Amino acid sequence: MNVQTQPQRTAAESALVQAFADRVSELPGSAAVTVRRDAAVETLKAGLPTRKVEAWHYTDLRRLLASVPEFAAENAAEAVTPLLDGAAVLPLLGGVAGEAAAMPEGASVEPLAPRLTDGSFDALLTAERGDTVGTINSAFVSDGFVVRIAEGAALAAPLELQNVHAGGQAHGRFVVEAGAGARATVIERQTGGGEALVSSVSHLELGEGADVTWLVVQEQPEDATHLAQFRATLARDARLTLFVMNAGGRLVRQEVLVTAAGEGSEFRLRGVNLLAGETHCDVTMVLDHDAPSTVSTETLRNVVTGRARGVFQGQIRVDREAQKTDAKMACNTLLLSDDGEFSAKPELEIFADDVACGHGATVTEIDRNHLFYLMARGIDEKTARGLLVKAFLAEVIEELDDEPVVEALEAKLDAWFATHG
Amino acid sequence: MLEIKNLHARIAEDGTEIIRGLNLSVKAGEVAAIMGPNGSGKSTLSYVLAGRDDYEVTEGDILFNGESVLEMDPAERAAAGVFLAFQYPLEIPGVATMEFLKVALNAQRKARGEEPLKIPDLMKRVRAAADELGMDMAMLKRPLNVGFSGGEKKRAEILQMKLLEPKLCVLDETDSGLDIDALKIVADGVNALRSPDRAMVVITHYQRLLQYIVPDSVHVLYRGQVVKSGDKDLALQLEEKGYADLVGEAA
Repeated sequence: MNVQTQPQRTAAESALVQAFADRVSELPGSAAVTVRRDAAVETLKAGLPTRKVEAWHYTDLRRLLASVPEFAAENAAEAVTPLLDGAAVLPLLGGVAGEAAAMPEGASVEPLAPRLTDGSFDALLTAERGDTVGTINSAFVSDGFVVRIAEGAALAAPLELQNVHAGGQAHGRFVVEAGAGARATVIERQTGGGEALVSSVSHLELGEGADVTWLVVQEQPEDATHLAQFRATLARDARLTLFVMNAGGRLVRQEVLVTAAGEGSEFRLRGVNLLAGETHCDVTMVLDHDAPSTVSTETLRNVVTGRARGVFQGQIRVDREAQKTDAKMACNTLLLSDDGEFSAKPELEIFADDVACGHGATVTEIDRNHLFYLMARGIDEKTARGLLVKAFLAEVIEELDDEPVVEALEAKLDAWFATHG
Repeated sequence: MLEIKNLHARIAEDGTEIIRGLNLSVKAGEVAAIMGPNGSGKSTLSYVLAGRDDYEVTEGDILFNGESVLEMDPAERAAAGVFLAFQYPLEIPGVATMEFLKVALNAQRKARGEEPLKIPDLMKRVRAAADELGMDMAMLKRPLNVGFSGGEKKRAEILQMKLLEPKLCVLDETDSGLDIDALKIVADGVNALRSPDRAMVVITHYQRLLQYIVPDSVHVLYRGQVVKSGDKDLALQLEEKGYADLVGEAA
């Protein structure tokens, strides 16, 4: 076994270990859960990953996580207005489940804390060395929501999972099980106010032929660290569209871990990363094509201004059994400042011989010809640039092909440009 | 209205001089045709008038209503009333045509201290202009020029010109890529905009367009200079004899 030697704990590492010691007596959990939490903390004691760890090469967490705030004395977080009118809101406030709205027919919800207490969900908690986001969350998580969508149910209203904080630390889990043939739109909001360390892990299980659109809208304040993980497993003929919008945070890592486990299942990842100021934002995807005739497409569009840095790591692994896999990955970046940067690392690991996999990454500036054309019609330079940047991003959003969703996300774009444009 | 005096302009990137001492004067109400062989500087002239920063003016001046435009960027020139109809209108994915028209119109109105147009009023104007040009409103729901045929793009340029009501229209090879029916529609659109307080500079390689847009004056551009000026008969002469004679004369 490799033993990573750390000379000395950083302030953030010490704070994490100390926070656990302070917190442990209040954390819910059966004996099995407690064992898992202890294991998680042991993993954390070995130190945060550095750039020497391949999965964290572009996001040296040990160096970048400068400090870890203490848990806030009291939970002052409040639910936010849902992205879509009529959504059923499930608010997790400062890591504690608030009152859930009435569920649309076919969906049921329960808070996670009792399930940790009785140990029935202990397997959710992990302490694997490579899984730092999962490990931090496993050590500290105390609550969340468990949602079940019945077989064949088509939800009449979207569900909105909110992870909202008011500073300090917030750790949450969302578990969604979509039964065979179920159809739903789920929105995951990640926001709050004040310096914070947020971790959030979402689990989605799609039954046979289930069809889910999941939108992650991350708008953390500029002094927040946001460590998130989205895990999904797709059964036969299931379809998942995951849309990720990163529009905030100081240090952001969004992991997307998806397994196309059933034959004929299809995964689409679409994302826009709006990066400004001092933001460091990392989207890391690991997609396993484990069954034949599975399809995936990934399109990310990024805008980088100020001194922001962006990362996309997209790993597609095609199992020996997964013949006829069709995978296409694209990562396009508009670099709007000299000091910004974006690193894209596509990675294909293919063990089947009859597959079609492709990837491409571009980093460009605004097209001068386009800019001249718009300005020649009297549109001032700032407005013209804004139009072109928005157009670049809107193309991905419009692929969602759902008018209220597209409008709501474009409104988020406008709001971001109003403060960062 | 337009006064170009001893204009010298070069490509900013490599310093190649394209316009070499060009003089031209176009009065309000006048339609001036600029003709010339390939590579004489016709398109460069249109870009320099519109303020494209790929070109540097090294000498001379461009006066628009008596004021130099050299320090103005393309948006400022447009707001002042200069319009360039592009030889190759660009496709801009993601920018809806209608949204673009709204932003452009209101930007110019704002620059002139006018109130922005309300949506119904805008729609009415766009519909009227599109009708006259035989354009389908459904086309305008698409992203700007994306998937438009060559003829549709040229019509879209004239549509923009109609809506923006410029004082100086510069049409760069508006006839290129048009069949005769489309050419007539575009020419009708341009002719409808002729007015005593508007000047037009029609750049073309061929005399064909000038049968439909009859110019008041014709100027031959060669090696970045106007080497000969005349009335519409000059265009016919060129059609008959080609540029070679004239170029020989100038050289």
